[in-house]
Amino acid sequence: MPSRIMPHRGITVFSYAAVGGKEEHIGPLGAKLDFHDESGLFGAKTWELAEGEMEGLALEFALSKADLKGSDISLVFAGDLQNQCTATTHGLLPFGIPTLGIYGACSTCTEGLLLAALALGSPAVLRCAALTGSHFCAAERQFRLPLEYGGQRSPTAQWTATAAGAFLLCRYEDAPSPVRVTLSASMVGKPIDSGVSDASNMGAAMAPAAADSILTFLSESDTAPEDYDAIVTGDLGKEGTRLLYRLLEENGLCIRKQHTDCGLLLYDEAIQDIHAGASGCGCSAAALAAHFLPAFAEGKLQKILFLSTGALMSPSILEQGQSIVGIAPVICLEGGKQNSFCGAD
Amino acid sequence: MKKSTLILHIEAKTGKTKEERRENGKKSALERSALLKKSLRFDKAAYNRTLGEGAPRSPLLRNCLAAFLVGGGICLFAEALFRLFLSLALPDKMAGQTVSVILIFLTALLTALGIFDSIGRFAGAGTLVPVTGFANAVVSPAIDTKSEGLVLGVGAKIFTVAGPVLLFGVFSGAVYGLLYYLFLLIF
Repeated sequence: MPSRIMPHRGITVFSYAAVGGKEEHIGPLGAKLDFHDESGLFGAKTWELAEGEMEGLALEFALSKADLKGSDISLVFAGDLQNQCTATTHGLLPFGIPTLGIYGACSTCTEGLLLAALALGSPAVLRCAALTGSHFCAAERQFRLPLEYGGQRSPTAQWTATAAGAFLLCRYEDAPSPVRVTLSASMVGKPIDSGVSDASNMGAAMAPAAADSILTFLSESDTAPEDYDAIVTGDLGKEGTRLLYRLLEENGLCIRKQHTDCGLLLYDEAIQDIHAGASGCGCSAAALAAHFLPAFAEGKLQKILFLSTGALMSPSILEQGQSIVGIAPVICLEGGKQNSFCGAD
Repeated sequence: MKKSTLILHIEAKTGKTKEERRENGKKSALERSALLKKSLRFDKAAYNRTLGEGAPRSPLLRNCLAAFLVGGGICLFAEALFRLFLSLALPDKMAGQTVSVILIFLTALLTALGIFDSIGRFAGAGTLVPVTGFANAVVSPAIDTKSEGLVLGVGAKIFTVAGPVLLFGVFSGAVYGLLYYLFLLIF
């Protein structure tokens, strides 16, 4: 029986950037964002195009930090929340980078990083990018109610982050700067039917997928939660986190000490009316680029599990009475050139 | 093709049952138990049954109070307007209609200024139940969809929220009218 974990030898994330909107700037990670726009429009005419502009900006910042340009990137795995990844492709137009569009709902960040690490296994790929973003206004329009509709939100409802994150990956030997972080292993998530059909309780819809991925990864890698500085989920929010703990504890696993959720990092509950926390592709991407990767660079983190959580939902499928399927791909990040799956180089 | 017929077709073609195809049918019992050990024990039915236990609830008392105060305030304002129009010698019916038009206009204005959604978030049923809720439900998609143009955007999508209310409201009005007519014929 082959393991589901895929070790990656000598792959590093050498540059990254995060961009956000007004609420994300007010939040605790606000000061660490590379750029923010109060209007949320990023110079575009519509919210849909703004999502793309924002992703383009994130990529531009990531490229400029490494003193690279679009043509230096072999390919990019990118996606957003809109139909047919239209925001992403519009945002990527000026760069001219070969693009593979990906869609994993809010799990796109990890999905892109995982695929980028795999692609770097090919010698033809020199530098690979992973890019994702989400926009509150565009998401509300596509999935929920008009922006100016005056209604109350459920306490379990989450707030789609207006944020984007860009990541550049390469092999150690091609890294332009000293290697600070290694993407040492990854695992593709399985779609798990949560049975939940409440669109304002996405945390509950994603918790089983996150629990399955964490349990499987720990069990297959023969590691315990204590082996990690942090186990980071994408956007379970308050409610999803509570249910994740319950599901794992029913299976004899406690991760309360190590666990952090990006959905709980992005906003300040005391001053922002966001109910159960942040969600969206941009949530985990911005948290990774603005919080976790810089912590690796500063040597504050040595090993984390990072799993963006996706709730694969469309209004039509819910109106047809179906439940929401969750998915949670996993990556393991380690400090410097540490690699507990292949041994350090 | 019905699902049961489809399954029979596939089974005839592959010579395997659904379970065998999905599990690849070749694993030994030992491998299967090892697999089970590694994956999450997740009882979907039990999970959904107990989902509400410990879940945050809407603050019912606060919501009721806000709805009462704001909804009551709107009605009080409307009543004051109504009395004003009556004192200006407007007939009963016309005074009532003028009040509705004013409430709808104010809601549309506040929605367009981006203020109404904040009031609605606080007041809940307080702004939803009066005519203000309906006005907001029509104006907000109209504002939202103007980026898609006047015809395919606003024209096609203006009733996405209020549509069911309009359809079944008009329909039940017609049924009621018919019954009322029959009632008058008989008695």
